[in-house]
Amino acid sequence: MEFRTRDGVAKVLNGVSYHVSAGETLAVLGESGSGKSVTAQTIMGILDMPPAFITKGTIKFRGEDLLEKSADERREVRGEGIAMIFQDALSALNPVFTVGFQIEEQLKVRRGMSKADARKRAVELLDQVKIPNAKGRISDYPHQFSGGMRQRAMIAMSLALDPELLIADEPTTALDVTVQAQIMDLLAEIQKERDMGMILITHDLGVVADVADRISVMYAGRIVEHADVYELFRAPGHPYTESLLESLPRLDLKGQELKTIKGLPPSLTNIPPGCPFNPRCPRAFDRCVSEVPAVHNLGMGRTSRCHIAEEVVARG
Amino acid sequence: MAEPILEVEGLVKHFPVRVGVLFKRTVGHVQAVDGVSFTLNKGETLGVVGESGCGKSTLAQVLMRLEPPTAGVARFEGRDIFGMKGAELRKLRRDIQIVLQDPYTSLNPRMTVGDIVGEPYEIHTEVAPKGDRQRKVQELLEIVGLNPEHINRYPHQFSGGQRQRIGIARALALKPKVIVCDEPVSALDVSIQAQVMNLLGELQAEMGLSYLFIAHDLSVVRHLSNRVAVMYLGKIVEIGTEDDIYERPMHPYTQALLSAVPVPDPTQRGRRDVIRLTGDVPSPIDPPSGCRFRTRCWKAQDICATEVPELVPRNGGHPAACHFAEERAVV
Repeated sequence: MEFRTRDGVAKVLNGVSYHVSAGETLAVLGESGSGKSVTAQTIMGILDMPPAFITKGTIKFRGEDLLEKSADERREVRGEGIAMIFQDALSALNPVFTVGFQIEEQLKVRRGMSKADARKRAVELLDQVKIPNAKGRISDYPHQFSGGMRQRAMIAMSLALDPELLIADEPTTALDVTVQAQIMDLLAEIQKERDMGMILITHDLGVVADVADRISVMYAGRIVEHADVYELFRAPGHPYTESLLESLPRLDLKGQELKTIKGLPPSLTNIPPGCPFNPRCPRAFDRCVSEVPAVHNLGMGRTSRCHIAEEVVARG
Repeated sequence: MAEPILEVEGLVKHFPVRVGVLFKRTVGHVQAVDGVSFTLNKGETLGVVGESGCGKSTLAQVLMRLEPPTAGVARFEGRDIFGMKGAELRKLRRDIQIVLQDPYTSLNPRMTVGDIVGEPYEIHTEVAPKGDRQRKVQELLEIVGLNPEHINRYPHQFSGGQRQRIGIARALALKPKVIVCDEPVSALDVSIQAQVMNLLGELQAEMGLSYLFIAHDLSVVRHLSNRVAVMYLGKIVEIGTEDDIYERPMHPYTQALLSAVPVPDPTQRGRRDVIRLTGDVPSPIDPPSGCRFRTRCWKAQDICATEVPELVPRNGGHPAACHFAEERAVV
């Protein structure tokens, strides 16, 4: 995937592969500009093309390639197959319609429900996401809700058509920690109830450690490491993940020394040759500049795109 | 021996809520800060944590004298801050500086880095005579880890982390004694956050600075602070050393806050004490009577609605504003 812009071609995604099963949570971890949200938007088919161009690849949902489908067929998948929730609920919700209307709209259009049935179902959904007094609040506008409640309303909206896969793009980043904990609990509960797959996009290693089954770590539009959550935190298999964990202040550790990652993430219009992390990597050597690392298979479903992945993981 | 540099007593800041177009009526007050007292000692970092709307940024603005206080006293090196005028106030502005949260909006896009960092010298000419300014600015850039040759660049040519370093250089220009850091790393990526936090730590060790470190991220606050104050709806609910707050929290709100922070270690899953608060923070226009936390507290009794709990040492330990304060390890 690339974005063709006036400033040149931004190589936003450079060979990203992952998969999610029903009932499973895959966390996609990365810093701003790593391509984690763009991947999700590509899966949903909500990117403007142009400027975006998909140059290669497939997105298979229930075995069928979404990229080969027509616009109408893709619309069928959205909402019913795959739904998405966003970071900023205030800008994701339409300010001039009531929360109830925005949930009911899809039920009326896609399920052919009557106005009364749709309202009943919308109240049920708001109840499910634990909005107190759902019946009374359904005619409120988004600005009358608090931040946490807006996020709940958006979750209710995404669940309206019973999706099999939910993509959550930084769902709690804009929220306070006590509210974040409530929302993460709610998502876990709903996922379990519905045996839904979930792709959780985040930059927060704490949230990841709490809820994910597997993790894909992204850097400069690539997945640099992929592992089971316990394995990844026990022994990271890529120097980027390793540095990230070492640079994180922790609530449960006192007086720890923070290691830093020198430099900055690369510009996507000008990704360094070889391994994109090599200018910042404490373990870089000649080969990292000249050769893009292949995917190293570390067993148990773990992969890492590092020339010395085996050595990195063994140190753990 | 700890020597106080900044003392705050019973600080109150209420913002009037007005309605009407021509004849504005005051219908209530946002009680942003409501009776806050603490002491900041020389060379130490006092962390102030709390969720959005708890009044921590208003506190910073009042102490910087950007907003007048409604009531209360603040003393810098024993002298009353709010009563200062003229030359004395100008001197105070040298001694207390601020680093703001958003490095994108807190730097003027039309000024070069040299002008931004050197601007304090325009007002406080006594610190750097005109011919000496460029050298001083370049020195500052070097101290905060920027290339001194970039003095003629504009803010947009720098990344978020670098911009925050520019903000820090500006705050250091007048050799302050106290720096108020208002969420200095929360807008930065994880890998950049550590760089800026380490820089703040190094500067403090070298220059003997005192920090009032305001943040919502409890992990960041623990890393940098010697003492910590926890705020809820305009009041300090608990204050103590870093160990007091993180290892032996006594106030239910502190315990819930700590419990809600995810720890980046999956083996802790299900092993940590889970306290989940229901609902949101009430409106500061009409806060609950008695203890302001009682509407979300699982320990609340009748007395909590009628009597405001004092922030006094409880159970032979550190101060906590709760009638039923009790130690509980949650981290």
